[in-house]
Amino acid sequence: MFVLVVGGGKVGYYLTKELIENGHEVVLMEKDRTRAAQIVDELGSIVVAQDGCEGKYLGEAGSNRADIVAAVTGDDEDNLVICQMAKHHFDVPRTIARVNNPKNEDLFRHLGVDEIISPTRMALGSIEQDIPIHELLHLATLENDLEIIEAQLQPDSPAVGRSPSQLTIPDGCSLFAVVRGGVAISLRPDTALREGDKVLAIGNADCEIALHDQLIGASAEGAATA
Amino acid sequence: MKVVIVGCGRVGAGLAEAFDNGGHEVVVIDLATRAFDRLSEEFKGQAVRGDGTDEDVLRRSGAEGCDIFLALTEGDNRNVMAAQVAMEKLSVGKALAKINDPVRAAAYADLGIATVCRTTMLTDAILGFLDLGDTGMPSVIAPVPHVHAEA
Repeated sequence: MFVLVVGGGKVGYYLTKELIENGHEVVLMEKDRTRAAQIVDELGSIVVAQDGCEGKYLGEAGSNRADIVAAVTGDDEDNLVICQMAKHHFDVPRTIARVNNPKNEDLFRHLGVDEIISPTRMALGSIEQDIPIHELLHLATLENDLEIIEAQLQPDSPAVGRSPSQLTIPDGCSLFAVVRGGVAISLRPDTALREGDKVLAIGNADCEIALHDQLIGASAEGAATA
Repeated sequence: MKVVIVGCGRVGAGLAEAFDNGGHEVVVIDLATRAFDRLSEEFKGQAVRGDGTDEDVLRRSGAEGCDIFLALTEGDNRNVMAAQVAMEKLSVGKALAKINDPVRAAAYADLGIATVCRTTMLTDAILGFLDLGDTGMPSVIAPVPHVHAEA
């Protein structure tokens, strides 16, 4: 197969190397001349030192006979355009785009990119498995060091099944709303909190540890301070 | 009319002022706050700092359903992406992307995106000045009516 790889960063470099080792014909486009020369030294003269976004150079690199174009630069908009140009202008049967911002995944699919690789999502997926992400989220900083903080209640949160009146909320801090199933509801002293609720609080930074203990559960930091 | 302009460069700022003076509702978006220095103090529209290819930023700026959407940043690809987000996700009336690479400009015109290509415009203007004809390439691709993909 003939594969045209655009972007000679780490992903592009190792992809190209792998493809060559597996006996495929590969051309790599890398616009930075220094980086391109470096790759030529290591992998041989399979590099076109031009911008793969530029229609003229994409054509000259042989995209009209490529079986696959893989756009793996660090810029999402570039990867999108390379794939669309390859597909619609050069009739490449299969296009692959690296998507750096996970927000763009659906858009790229919608706009006709065949295959999507999302390094950010892959990394997030594996990190989330290792680290419980049950922390207070800082939504905004206001005057006088006040902050708006969000806590999502996990099943093991001490606040689940209890109401604000049953919690020990530190002075200078106030729970004011809860987001449940995407709907914001005001928080009364007797509102029973449920798993999955996002509780919104306003307070100064000094309240954080106590707030963490009440809404998330005693933290290592909290224990150390206590 | 409601007009959203991504990219507050010379052209973007100039158009923003022109629409504003014409009594239209204008939002201009740029990644750099400094770019807004190009707007006069009398400018009554909205200036939003943010990434104009980001659907959320565009929604927050009120781009959904706007009458005119112009993507005029320095980056051809950013403009293409912004215009496509506007057309596909935000149902704007008319979208136009500035694309300075003539090959890309022609390719996207074939895909139904209105494009304007400075390279072709300048080349044609200079050839015209010298009485040498033109490149024969359309500099402003007539906006192909925006057709939503059939489900």
